[in-house]
Amino acid sequence: MDINRRKFLKAGGVLALGLSIAPAKSVLAGVKGKYAPGPNALTAKNWAMVVDMNKLEKDVEACTMACHKEHNVPNIDNKKEEVKWIWTDKYGHLFHDNKHDFMNKEMEHRHFLALCNQCENPVCVRVCPTKATFKNKEGIIMMDYHRCIGCRYCMAGCPYGARSFNFKDPRPYIEEINPNYPTRTKGVVEKCNFCSERLAKGLLPACVEASTNGGLVFGDLDDPNSEVRKVLDTQFTVQRKPSLGTKPKVFYIL
Amino acid sequence: MMYNSRNIIIGLIIFVGIFTFPFVLGAGKANEAPKLSLDTPKINELIKKEPIETVEFMRNNHMQLLSDWKVAVVRDGNRVYVSQKDGQEYDMSLQNTCLDCHSNKEQFCDACHTYAEVEPNCWDCHVAPEVIR
Ligand code: HEC
Ligand code: HEC
Ligand code: HEC
Repeated sequence: MDINRRKFLKAGGVLALGLSIAPAKSVLAGVKGKYAPGPNALTAKNWAMVVDMNKLEKDVEACTMACHKEHNVPNIDNKKEEVKWIWTDKYGHLFHDNKHDFMNKEMEHRHFLALCNQCENPVCVRVCPTKATFKNKEGIIMMDYHRCIGCRYCMAGCPYGARSFNFKDPRPYIEEINPNYPTRTKGVVEKCNFCSERLAKGLLPACVEASTNGGLVFGDLDDPNSEVRKVLDTQFTVQRKPSLGTKPKVFYIL
Repeated sequence: MMYNSRNIIIGLIIFVGIFTFPFVLGAGKANEAPKLSLDTPKINELIKKEPIETVEFMRNNHMQLLSDWKVAVVRDGNRVYVSQKDGQEYDMSLQNTCLDCHSNKEQFCDACHTYAEVEPNCWDCHVAPEVIR
């Protein structure tokens, strides 16, 4: 075979190119399998909740306990450093705009349930510099803890106090770790996720399950036939701080 | 003509000595590959002792696989992984799936990571089996 210098150099060039690309193959190969949602997953376009305080009454404690156990939320007995996904507070704090000096005393002292409002217009999502907080395709405001840098802009932005910062390692403050859900770590912000991990398995949120008397109603706001829409259609409901324009998706019957 | 040839030679010997010192010290202590234990209840139950993709793929790409799982679950809301190898379905979870089979994390993941000097921070949050034990 006759091979001149020109051909030899060309072949060498091709070979060098091949060798330099080869290592990239294993990277580009990446993941091969396919992804799918769980077979029993509960899905919706826009998850929402109605809190019926008249029916909830005695279940308030059970709801918060169920949630915090499920998600390994630490129990830190210190207002400044506490971590909460769902909690109770007085009317004056939660429904600030509608408070007046001649409130019914029972109303004023009652403990109302509060959780992340999963806003239609979430401030936290807008201010997060890393997109760690985002709205998923089912309308849930999610935390991607892997991306949280702990800047706490979201805490400053949230008008509902629904976010907590981990000032210290939460693990020593978790009574019994639920092995099926990760804890968080010092330096990240956390919040309620409408139990997206339970919905994926076909289960209702832990708090809804714990409200035995139907005090918490959960469903798709975009589906006119859903449970929440039925309640919203027939009863008078309010939202927390509606004047801010965040459009909360947690509604209250007081 | 020769200037200080003695000093130069001594200097050279010292230089070579210092330069090769780490190699001499490490001689004979060849880094043994870590022994990975597959002796866990879940793996012993398997009819075919195979990982979710080929062993080669797992060895080379498990970090990328986990990273892709995390995005698929947290951001896209997909929870099921369908293996390309055999169509088998898995719940995409670090602590509930990988560590269900590899429940001996210390003798498997950690053994190799110590050898390779990698320290994933995942266990700050994801609950490792030794935390429950
Ligand atoms: C700051 C805490 C934190 C750290 C650090 C962390 N994760 Fe996560 N991770 C979570 C939380 C919380 C979830 C959500 C779990 C859910 O929704 O089921 C999650 C979900 C996941 C999921 C999908 C669901 C599951 O159960 O596994 C994968 C895969 C994952 N993480 C991988 C990793 C890997 C790999 C690392 C280390 C490189 C890591 N994570 C580090 C908190 C963390
Ligand atoms: C169904 C059980 C099972 C599950 C689930 C599983 N593995 Fe494995 N894995 C195995 C078995 C069995 C092997 C050993 C195959 C062999 O060496 O012949 C293996 C091999 C591996 C290897 C290669 C070890 C080597 O020899 O170099 C790595 C790395 C690995 N698995 C990581 C993971 C990670 C990460 C996950 C989760 C994404 C996971 N495995 C999920 C069973 C499993
Ligand atoms: C055969 C050796 C080996 C085994 C077994 C192994 N790993 Fe790894 N793993 C590595 C190496 C090497 C790296 C570093 C790769 C790199 O930096 O590119 C790594 C990296 C990782 C990373 C990414 C770390 C980071 O900081 O980005 C994660 C997560 C991980 N491994 C999880 C696991 C889990 C979980 C298991 C056990 C189920 C496991 N590995 C078993 C060798 C191994």
